[in-house]
Amino acid sequence: MSRLNTEPNLDDPDGLFAALMDAHRDLDDAASRRLDARIILLLANHLGNTALVREAIAAARLGEA
Amino acid sequence: MPATYTNPRYPFAPVRDAGARHKVVVVGGGLVGLTMALDLARRGQKVVLLDEDDTVSFGSRAICWAKRSLEIFGRLGLGEALLARGVTWNTGRVFFGDRQVYHFDLLPEAGHQYPAFINLQQYHLEEALVEACRATGLVDLRWHSRVAAVAPGPDGVALTVETPEGSYALHADWLLAADGARSFVRRALGLSFIGQEFRDRFLIADVVMRAGFPAERWFWFEPPFHPGGSVLLHRQADDVWRIDFQLGWDSDPEAERDPARVAARVRAMLGPEVEFALEWVSVYSFRCRRLERFRHGRILFLGDAAHQVSPFGARGGNAGVQDVDNLGWKLDAVLRGAAPDALLDSYDAERIAANDENILNSTRSTDFITPKNAAARAYRDAVLELAGRYAFARPLVNSGRLSRPAVLADSPLNTPDDAPWTGGLPPGAPAADAPVRSDGQPDWLLRHLGGDGFTLLLFGPPGDFPALAAGGPRPVFLTRTATPGALHDAEGLAAARYAAGPGAAILLRPDQHVAARWRHFDAAAVAHAQRCACGITITDTQRMAG
Ligand SMILES: Cc1cc2nc3c(=O)[nH]c(=O)nc-3n(C[C@H](O)[C@H](O)[C@H](O)COP(=O)(O)OP(=O)(O)OC[C@H]3O[C@@H](n4cnc5c(N)ncnc54)[C@H](O)[C@@H]3O)c2cc1C
Repeated sequence: MSRLNTEPNLDDPDGLFAALMDAHRDLDDAASRRLDARIILLLANHLGNTALVREAIAAARLGEA
Repeated sequence: MPATYTNPRYPFAPVRDAGARHKVVVVGGGLVGLTMALDLARRGQKVVLLDEDDTVSFGSRAICWAKRSLEIFGRLGLGEALLARGVTWNTGRVFFGDRQVYHFDLLPEAGHQYPAFINLQQYHLEEALVEACRATGLVDLRWHSRVAAVAPGPDGVALTVETPEGSYALHADWLLAADGARSFVRRALGLSFIGQEFRDRFLIADVVMRAGFPAERWFWFEPPFHPGGSVLLHRQADDVWRIDFQLGWDSDPEAERDPARVAARVRAMLGPEVEFALEWVSVYSFRCRRLERFRHGRILFLGDAAHQVSPFGARGGNAGVQDVDNLGWKLDAVLRGAAPDALLDSYDAERIAANDENILNSTRSTDFITPKNAAARAYRDAVLELAGRYAFARPLVNSGRLSRPAVLADSPLNTPDDAPWTGGLPPGAPAADAPVRSDGQPDWLLRHLGGDGFTLLLFGPPGDFPALAAGGPRPVFLTRTATPGALHDAEGLAAARYAAGPGAAILLRPDQHVAARWRHFDAAAVAHAQRCACGITITDTQRMAG
């Protein structure tokens, strides 16, 4: 079973962050929410591993605290 | 209001057996109670059926009957008539706005007697069931007979029945409660439901029209003609069409029933040039819930009295028909002394698991159709936005996961495989149909399985197997070449669907679920598995022998 990688793994961290900001620049809250949802669904499908997504959900919830 | 159908009125017959004791009393002459009475009568059991009303289902309710229900009705002698009367369909289409985003075929392969679904108004089906019950001569149908009190005891249930000519008492050895979602028996026993209610309302408009839509299930999310809601379209018999509009929780159910308002909604959908007549209008909200247990001593609950789901998926009535399929042979075996009372506990175990599957599926569909908060709505819309362009998102679109028979995988009646087996039908699965030839004539495999007893499906000619002992399952042989005494699996589809090679044996219960399977027939293993599927333990065997 694969495990969620939470060590640094991004080839271009600043570029990724900027790409996300750019994507949302002219969207209202509802449209932003849908965009994020579409991105998550696309990435989840690419992963093709619901267990890993569940791990990411749990890890993301921890991140809040 | 219905113009295409007039409800029959069944007369009240004066009661001559006040105080009598009956083996089986069914409360509720709706879809499920009628099917239950018919099933037991066809097994030779006498049944008293009590219904508070004097007719079949009034107005429009269930319309979609799934393949498994049709197979069960086939066993009860009604399958082909229903197929001829109903509208056959296999395909569903989903639209978002004005674009089609997804379509599905529920029966992509040939070689089955029945389609994925037929649509037929519930009252037509119930009327056919009443006639079939009468024809058995064993069902005592009592209309205008309301059960007004139940007192459970160790050996049965004392009932009070109210009629136009006063009340009388009856004693039931076994009481089958099929008295619907507001079940009196349930309330009298103080039983509550576990599950949830949905804060949404739907308008059912059945219209008569000659329309060019195909016989398919069409579902729209946010169509231009009904902004902000969903719409479902189904074709029924007699040029009646079901249109189901999502209204939202804030809607006023009284105002929405106004025929002028309904007609305006329908006209917006069909366009000004299509002529139609309103046949039936009602407003519904839905629940997904069940009783904690379906068996309470000598009282067994089935149908809506035991469980309810939202209609997206057509899992309500179809589940009730499967309850009957599961309970009928078990109660019959207990009544004949062929199985211990404990066999009925497996009704509870198997049908609770099956109905939990229905509740899970309907709850998920309802959550998709009625998002509960802004995040749920964003994900729902994101799926619909992606589905038009990207194939991956289409399976995420959930406009209803349509009724499929439960695989009773964890049933205590199953005997696990004794060797690895890839493909085919594992213990607990409902039998698959396949085209076969019997005596040179085209036929269907399911017609030869289950029913009044256990069946042993043997892959090979009779000569390849030792003679079976009396009292065991009825053998059905399947061969790839025409052989006397065997069904001819000419296309090899039976062997393929069961993943069975020469010499294999598959034990099927009377309800056509697989009890056990072996790559190579073994008489002792078969006998053991059949005892297990009848709920017989070693102590029972000793007691019965002694
Ligand atoms: C809008 C809508 C659409 C649906 N679509 C589908 C569908 O497409 N496919 C599907 O499978 N299901 C569908 N369903 C669900 C389906 O209609 C029900 O699951 C089904 O009617 C349940 O049958 P039942 O016999 O358990 O209960 P009911 O049909 O409600 O019958 C209960 C019977 O008990 C009698 N009764 C009640 N109390 C007493 C008493 N005290 N004494 C004597 N008799 C009593 C009543 O007179 C009635 O005849 C739909 C439901 C709705 C509302």
